[in-house]
Amino acid sequence: MNEASIIGLLEATVSFGALLYLAALGEMIAEKSGILNLGVEGMMAMGAVSGYVVALQTNNPWVALAAAVVAGALIGSIHGFFTVVLGAEQVVSGLSLTILGVGLAAYLGRGSVGRPPGAELVPVDWGLLSDIPWAGPVLFTQSPFVYMAVVAGCLSWFILWRTRLGLAVRAAGESASTTDAAGHSVAVIRMGAVAIGGGLAGAAGAYLTLSLTPQWQEGIVAGRGWIAVALVIFGAWRPGRVALGALLFGLTLALKTRLQTFGVEFSPILLSMLPYVLTVGVLVVISVRSRKRPSPAPAALGVAYRREER
Amino acid sequence: MRNELTSTDTLGQPFAVELQGIWKRFPGVVANAGADLRVSAGTVHAVLGENGAGKSTLMNILAGVYRPDAGQLRIDGEIHHFRTPADALAAGIGMVHQEFRLIPSFTVADNVVLGAAERIVRRSSIESAVGELAERFGIATEPDRMVWQLSMGERQRVEILKALWRDAQILVLDEPTAVLTPGEADELAAVLRHMANDGRAVIFISHKLQEVTSFCDEATVLRGGKTVAASLSVESTDATELAGLMVGSSPAISERPPPGQVGEELLAVHKLRCMDDRGLPALDGIELTVRSGEIVGIAGVAGNGQRELAQVIAGLRSVESGTVCLTGEDRTFASPRQRFSAGLGYIPEDRLGVGLAPRLNVIDNAILRTYRDHCRGPFLDAESATAHCQDLVDRFRIQTGPLFHSIAGLSGGNLQRLLVGRELRGHPSVVVAAQPTRGLDVQGVKAIQDLLVAERDVGAAVLLISEDLDELLTLSDRLLVMHAGRIVAEFEPTTAERRTIGEAMAGHLDGACVIPEVVGP
Repeated sequence: MNEASIIGLLEATVSFGALLYLAALGEMIAEKSGILNLGVEGMMAMGAVSGYVVALQTNNPWVALAAAVVAGALIGSIHGFFTVVLGAEQVVSGLSLTILGVGLAAYLGRGSVGRPPGAELVPVDWGLLSDIPWAGPVLFTQSPFVYMAVVAGCLSWFILWRTRLGLAVRAAGESASTTDAAGHSVAVIRMGAVAIGGGLAGAAGAYLTLSLTPQWQEGIVAGRGWIAVALVIFGAWRPGRVALGALLFGLTLALKTRLQTFGVEFSPILLSMLPYVLTVGVLVVISVRSRKRPSPAPAALGVAYRREER
Repeated sequence: MRNELTSTDTLGQPFAVELQGIWKRFPGVVANAGADLRVSAGTVHAVLGENGAGKSTLMNILAGVYRPDAGQLRIDGEIHHFRTPADALAAGIGMVHQEFRLIPSFTVADNVVLGAAERIVRRSSIESAVGELAERFGIATEPDRMVWQLSMGERQRVEILKALWRDAQILVLDEPTAVLTPGEADELAAVLRHMANDGRAVIFISHKLQEVTSFCDEATVLRGGKTVAASLSVESTDATELAGLMVGSSPAISERPPPGQVGEELLAVHKLRCMDDRGLPALDGIELTVRSGEIVGIAGVAGNGQRELAQVIAGLRSVESGTVCLTGEDRTFASPRQRFSAGLGYIPEDRLGVGLAPRLNVIDNAILRTYRDHCRGPFLDAESATAHCQDLVDRFRIQTGPLFHSIAGLSGGNLQRLLVGRELRGHPSVVVAAQPTRGLDVQGVKAIQDLLVAERDVGAAVLLISEDLDELLTLSDRLLVMHAGRIVAEFEPTTAERRTIGEAMAGHLDGACVIPEVVGP
């Protein structure tokens, strides 16, 4: 195990962490508004394929990214329509969205498998900063997506906890009737949060096909959408803690392919279980603590709201 | 009895609120059938009526929660059509619902400013602004505390602050005193008076006559969804007259039932300790016994362990130490089912949620305790279950729609009859009734009280936990007072003075008011 391979591991940890963070932030925002969206995997797949296909057509990575965000937001809005407007069961709708998104992405991308990418978002050069030993390669030669994830994290914290809009979003996730009575439209808030969540998941998908891999193949998301869902719980619905969790889970993803090169005999399959095991652990901690104080989970998470229900 | 329809008050000003001919139907229920209401600015106006009279529905229409099927709504003389609560808020209407619309995990300040905050929310500035507002109206509060840490009275003040924060000119309070201690109720009255003097209109929904006569200027009485008396001056109207209007016939004034035949000890609680939901001590060494044929009343200010006591006896809360004996046997660690089989009937204070399952239908709720008796092999026997339910409905005179409809449409009184009926049908030897008549109308209260007395007379030991001192004084054979998780005093209900009981409830014990146990058969 030499210096280069450790730097490589840390670099990959940050990359994977940012990937998970983008998707988890989106899910966190949706859940903060009270909508559980288990379709992250599907939204990421749609973002991945849309970004890739549009990049092939336009050769412009930013247009491709925008397309991925829009695709994620649109498919997320399907979930929003079913759960917010029609009051459908959120778990069922979310699972369907995963199946739909993954399947549709495979169909749309069938002509693009293995083709060289039309455009890539190349790592940002921060000049002098990038030359700093250790920190340079790990933090300052990363893909633009990494910095977008950081900005998105800070923005979502500020908006959720320091603005009127954020107060309303959090309120909708705690008690829809209270939010409604306070004069906010719960439906608009929730639809918006789910769409933004979808957009972020779409961006995470585009990260895979425009920067990380960068290629399209079926099943490219490979369960990372599910890790993002677990990550929201692990991070107790707080952007800062979700970021820490993203790095931790990112490390497990980065380790998976490198264990052998480090000469460690440990099953990568067991390693990929780690995020879920940790999340279960956090759930236990939360429920033990909840005896004394309210759980950090939004109280109205998963509960549909209809105004005139008696 | 009804005034001429006018759209201005005696001073020629338009009414702050004018509702005319409001109709509202729900599936199977007509909640409002042409109700009218006129309220002047600067007054506290009572809307009186029994449960199911349509008070809450009418107020929800005023607050934009429901849309009326027909009728007109004027604010300051102008016609409004509220489509959402936001519309009503914008028109200056603030509503304090019976179930508080507060977010427990938010601070007081966050709850107050929700929906009416600056674009950027600065914690310190909203907290000081909310603090100032509270001070201006003489409301005690701590803006930086989390709502889940507050008592019911404190939460209600947050609700009132919410309305004041939006500068509501019309404040509607739905049964505001139901969750308050007598002292808190007086504080509330002072706050409401403060608001009326400030030129606002306060609408006070209640079915407690005493509060109406002491808090309010005018009263409108609803019955069966209609207005039967509009804007009566409270000063010149007799309380009995108001009661008569509410029920349509003179109310039965509860008389003390003759004492029962006291027998052996059926419920015995010894050195009982337990924790509350927050993990703090709730019961601190409770000692009590209830014998066959007597009703033992528990008085106390809410939150002194009454809730936990009922739960521990019912087997719904774990015990730290001490014992609970039912019919002479130690049942401290028995499951709720074992206790039911051992002859315990439990009427929980949370009618919906603990007592009854709101989304299940009448039949399913009726057999929740005894569903094993209505089985054929592993399957439910629908016929036998329906017969059982029909029997309950007939025997306890429960007014329901079709039995296979969810109980969500039943009024509070009928829900309680269903619950009480289910628990008492098999004549349990021990009955624990927690707040059994809270929120019920006069007839409902009487019906439930009669059922409890009837059980006592056939030999049940009844533990009655209530916040209504009149009820306790009327029904109890012995009256215990709880304070801070302990039984601090025992009174003889026929001779006890309310003032002394009140002092015991407040924890001011000189030792003098503790009466030694001298009750005999």
